[in-house]
Amino acid sequence: MKEVIHTPVPSVEEEEYHINMGPQHPSTHGVLRLVVSLQGEIVKNLKPHCGYIHRGIEKMCEKDTYPQIIHLTDRMDYLSMHINNHAVCLLVENALQIEVPERVKYIRTIMDELCRIQSHQLWWASFGMDLGGLTCFFYGLRDREKILDIWEESTGARFLQSYYTPGGLMWDIHPDFQKKTKEFLKYFRKKIRDYEKILSGNVIFRERSRNIGLMTKEEAINYGVTGPSGRGSGFSCDVRKHHPYALYDKVEFKEILYQEGDTLARYMVRMDEMYESMHIIDQLIDNIPQGDFSAKMKAVIKLPAGEYYQRVESARGDLGLYCISDGNKTPYRLKFRTPSFSNLSVLDHISRDLKIADLVAIGGSLDLVIPDIDR
Amino acid sequence: MDLEKLKERVLTLVPEAELEENKQFLTFFIPAGKLHTMALKLKEDEDTAFDYLFCQSGTDMGKYLMVVYHLESTKLGHMIVLKVKTENRQNPSFDTVCDIWKTAEFHEREIFDLLGIRFHNHPDLRRLFLDENWVGYPLRKDYSDEVNIVEL
Repeated sequence: MKEVIHTPVPSVEEEEYHINMGPQHPSTHGVLRLVVSLQGEIVKNLKPHCGYIHRGIEKMCEKDTYPQIIHLTDRMDYLSMHINNHAVCLLVENALQIEVPERVKYIRTIMDELCRIQSHQLWWASFGMDLGGLTCFFYGLRDREKILDIWEESTGARFLQSYYTPGGLMWDIHPDFQKKTKEFLKYFRKKIRDYEKILSGNVIFRERSRNIGLMTKEEAINYGVTGPSGRGSGFSCDVRKHHPYALYDKVEFKEILYQEGDTLARYMVRMDEMYESMHIIDQLIDNIPQGDFSAKMKAVIKLPAGEYYQRVESARGDLGLYCISDGNKTPYRLKFRTPSFSNLSVLDHISRDLKIADLVAIGGSLDLVIPDIDR
Repeated sequence: MDLEKLKERVLTLVPEAELEENKQFLTFFIPAGKLHTMALKLKEDEDTAFDYLFCQSGTDMGKYLMVVYHLESTKLGHMIVLKVKTENRQNPSFDTVCDIWKTAEFHEREIFDLLGIRFHNHPDLRRLFLDENWVGYPLRKDYSDEVNIVEL
């Protein structure tokens, strides 16, 4: 009798296999590679592989003067360019105890908030696209153009502007800046209702994002998840509230907190933050005082020997600059604590045992910017 | 807890801790062997409650290599900076804190990648940004790369 050999063939559900998501994948929004272990279509774990655009900015900073460093920070989180510049400027100004003119504080605060709005617009656009709503992409980018147009007039560039300098601004705002900004706010208040209708109120979207990627407040703190992603879990981490800089202690605004900790909560935080940012600009735009657009600075900026730490709230969270100076015109060491870096570390934890399609939704809701991770 | 009390607390936990004067935050140099037990106590005691490690960084100070921990308590709002150093440049190593603060897992990988500092008991200590077979640690001050680093 012929012997029949039974070799057990593992079914698709039992066998674990790995796939590479990225480095060129539309939902990673940059060159990030995620090695995902899957069982069927269930994510068992994932390992991020970073470094595809690591430029060694921290090493470059050790050779650059402080005004030069500002141009490098634009290229970290390219959607929070003004806010990154602001961090370097505040670091220098606080170390040298320079008081910048009121006008500069007003303009910086308005620019920072415009920056936050356009960052959230682009995030909304791509998040909608990730989940299959291509309309979002066109709407988001269309409205973001308006902010880029306002910036182009005042700063001379649309994207990487390096508009702030230690002590003030590169140059004064365009005479039309206030008028155009007010026009934009009026325009965008109408358009953001479309955003709510298309995505926030969409049943398919809500069902896809609710209870997905759950993160408790303790986990958010433990993993250092800050910004809208952390606030979606109830982690009160807004640097503008806790360690105010510029005019954030003078203007009135709410720190948006949601307790659910799922993808939908992180989405809602960003939507509400756009309203808050507009509210902040409302309070400032008509009251920009006359005066200089820069304090008097020495031609060569040298920080006294010592250590300095500066925190700002970028569109993605708590951006920290840790500077060790030995008294020279270049820092001895400059460390960037970037928000996306810590936010990425939680991705493995919160996407386990979910479907791979949910991974796209979770990744989008963390709003990762890859150059911010890689630096 | 105010800074004076916090200072006393740290000094009772680790009498060998060295206070650094004139810093933005309360700053201590901790003997490397005491780091882990002390970090755990600072996190778990209710009146210190340092639950948020907001920055962890490594630096080559020339004479020694240093790792700096910036800690904040989200409940009580106070902050502290801990530093550890080693003069061993060949095989520098410290205890990991990523079982205490999960965020340290990535930060420690980055420090290992760019400064070559090892962390005991780290679950997955691999290079983070650079290639696995990269030679040297770029953020060290004696690192040289004649091709990619242009000196003016």
